[in-house]
Amino acid sequence: MNPVVPQPLAAGHPGFLSATGVEVVFLLVGLVILGAALVTVTTKQLVHAALWLVVALGGIAVEYLLLTAEFIAWVQVLIYVGSVVVLLLFGLMLTRAPIGRSPDADSGNRWVALTVALAAAATLVTVVIDAFRATWIDLEQRTGPGKGSSEVTGTALFRHWVLPFEALSVLLLAALVGAIVLSRRQKAGER
Amino acid sequence: MHLAYPAVLAVLLFCVGLYGVLARRNAVLVLMAVELMLNAVNLNLVAFDAWLRDTLHAGQALTLFTIAIAAAEIGIGLAIVLLVHRNRGSSDIDRLRDLSEGGGPSTGDPGGGSREETSVTPATDNDTGNGPDQGVPESAAGRRPA
Repeated sequence: MNPVVPQPLAAGHPGFLSATGVEVVFLLVGLVILGAALVTVTTKQLVHAALWLVVALGGIAVEYLLLTAEFIAWVQVLIYVGSVVVLLLFGLMLTRAPIGRSPDADSGNRWVALTVALAAAATLVTVVIDAFRATWIDLEQRTGPGKGSSEVTGTALFRHWVLPFEALSVLLLAALVGAIVLSRRQKAGER
Repeated sequence: MHLAYPAVLAVLLFCVGLYGVLARRNAVLVLMAVELMLNAVNLNLVAFDAWLRDTLHAGQALTLFTIAIAAAEIGIGLAIVLLVHRNRGSSDIDRLRDLSEGGGPSTGDPGGGSREETSVTPATDNDTGNGPDQGVPESAAGRRPA
């Protein structure tokens, strides 16, 4: 059984300046994600926001791969990039979102929102850096399948997490029925 | 890998999503920003699962659950947004002021003045479960022109 206390605390600290290749790639992809997310929440063109969201979510899938969570990465690609963005595009289409620049995409309280977001970012970054300044993730793979492979994830999911899994299926069924009821009622209202 | 990298990235992504939720006016764009915030939380979960080397894989299992719940949330949310758009003719969050306190009655809201559809029953009446009572006359009225 693996110890709960992480081993890299006792191991030699790699240090900030000797960044490994994984860290460099993580930083670059993280910058791409942040840029795409910023464009998503600030652009005036609504369809472009959905397309930049694809870049951000795909970049997060790459980050999952770098954190050795392969199964989560492919689930992210399938569900978020594959279905959620398509749903959002359909939502934009069905609400007759204007093609091209729409000047009223941002609310009037955007400066208040910017203040709140910057304050939250400053506080949280300070706290997180202060808390995890000396912790390292050990991504080395020793033997056997990786920690995030579908074998390990499936074993954990269907051995220890069966009850939440089944409850989640009930929740998905409820969401399905709810979505059908909502769209049926609006269709009956049209006729 | 240093744990501060994914943690700080998740924090910044969460704050970008927070700005989007607060500053956007279109409801679909608000849902996109909510997706960004949920992804920031997922990134945190995966990073801490890789750090703690949990034998139960609680972080990755919870990430899968979060992704599924987010998919359900985006489906229901878009259905509600489409319903509001059909009823009100607009999906702007700033104009949906029926539940606001003191900002003026629902008949005199700035967005509703220009729209003729706000004089119809508000959306809350449609949601309170009297579907069979409304469905029968509407379907009967729908058959008449057809």
